[in-house]
Amino acid sequence: MNLTTALARLLIFPGLLFAVPGAWLFLWIERKAVAMMQQRIGPPFMQPFFDFIKLLGKTTPDRSGISGHLMKAWPLLAVSAAAGAVGLLPVLPSSGGFEGDLILLLALMEVPSICVIAAGFSSRSIFAEIGSAREAVLTVSYNVVFLLAIVSIAASQHTFRLESLAQLPATPLRWLGVLAVLVCLPAKLHINPFSLPNAEQEIYSGPMIEYAGPELAMWELSHGLEWVAATGLVATLAVPHFSTWWIDALLLATCSCGIVLLLSVLAAATARLAVDTTARFYWQCTLLFAVLAVSSTLLMRLRT
Amino acid sequence: MNLWNRLMCYSRRRSPWLFHMNSGSCNGCDIELVASLTPRYDAEQLGVRLEGSPRHADILCITGPVTRNSVQAIETVYGQVGSPKAVVAIGSCPASTNVFIDSRVLDGPLNRHIPVDVFVPGCPPRPDAILQGIAAAAKKLAERGAQRPAVQPASAPDSTGVQS
Repeated sequence: MNLTTALARLLIFPGLLFAVPGAWLFLWIERKAVAMMQQRIGPPFMQPFFDFIKLLGKTTPDRSGISGHLMKAWPLLAVSAAAGAVGLLPVLPSSGGFEGDLILLLALMEVPSICVIAAGFSSRSIFAEIGSAREAVLTVSYNVVFLLAIVSIAASQHTFRLESLAQLPATPLRWLGVLAVLVCLPAKLHINPFSLPNAEQEIYSGPMIEYAGPELAMWELSHGLEWVAATGLVATLAVPHFSTWWIDALLLATCSCGIVLLLSVLAAATARLAVDTTARFYWQCTLLFAVLAVSSTLLMRLRT
Repeated sequence: MNLWNRLMCYSRRRSPWLFHMNSGSCNGCDIELVASLTPRYDAEQLGVRLEGSPRHADILCITGPVTRNSVQAIETVYGQVGSPKAVVAIGSCPASTNVFIDSRVLDGPLNRHIPVDVFVPGCPPRPDAILQGIAAAAKKLAERGAQRPAVQPASAPDSTGVQS
């Protein structure tokens, strides 16, 4: 692996330099779509950018009784992990560079959730702790389905490598897996109907309640990058592959925007579910779906 | 003013996040504040977001005539809002204690305790008046930058309701 191309891929394209405006764009599409569903005009195009800049310029009030070093570390870790996940997406043709497989991508995408849980508990606020506990329950619920879906996709195509997965033609089983991943996305991105951890009417802002200023800006950014990584993963698996790289990249971006729009409309149209209903939804309804996908994949492999 | 400062000023004006606090209000102004976020008035066009934690907010919206019990809470919450910050007093109660004047349970008006940037009078004020107040506060916030206004404790109103 060439170090220069790896760094270029991580920091410039599709890494930080392109992912950060992409994150703001997706956050804006989400807010705008929700506003339009409610017959409002909604925020201006640059709103997430203004929010980010404003938060950078705010001071953080003292937190009594906490030194806060750990609390400062969590948002940075979340942003770097999410940016790394975006950098792994196979937007460019393989030329060495920052290569990784599906397993690394999944691991990096899981880090922000773990950071949110840890941040809530280290802030020692009762609301943050409730939010973190909810986030933990949610993570355990959707991840079983999410991982089973990914395993079934990888097993049906005989590879864990993202590049090869993007280039292989999709099979019916892969579509089943993509659908299962899509069902898990609202929980992964904390939007309605699975917005339990940051339920603002019940537990204020959940794990983020004690954060302010630049640290909160980092959380907003990591949330945006999670949007880019998660929708990018689904788009990679769903979009057909062409020989020209720029058509591929354009299709990937369009498909990602479409998924953001779909999820935002779902978020605007639904209300928040309770913890037990959410857990039951993933463990009873969706798990069956994922187990079906995995078992049929294994059966197909046995037959061949 | 260099480019970064200009960008920061502009961003502050375009992204006021609110924290709403009730200091003994009858709930009339609270309903009107929530009404200003609804589709009819759509405060999000101004970049407004109602936040759950005072630490996330830029503008503190206070309703109510400031009861004795709420004074400590107001001071704590004001301290929790990160600088630069502004305060909008919504309704006639925080401005003058309104019809509750001379009540023994009150310690108002609001500007005896914290500096108030914008008063939105009315009982209750209309949502568009509240939005105008928030926009004015956001503009003040952007112009003032990080420097904080000095606390100017006003004297208690006398029995005729006139502040000296």
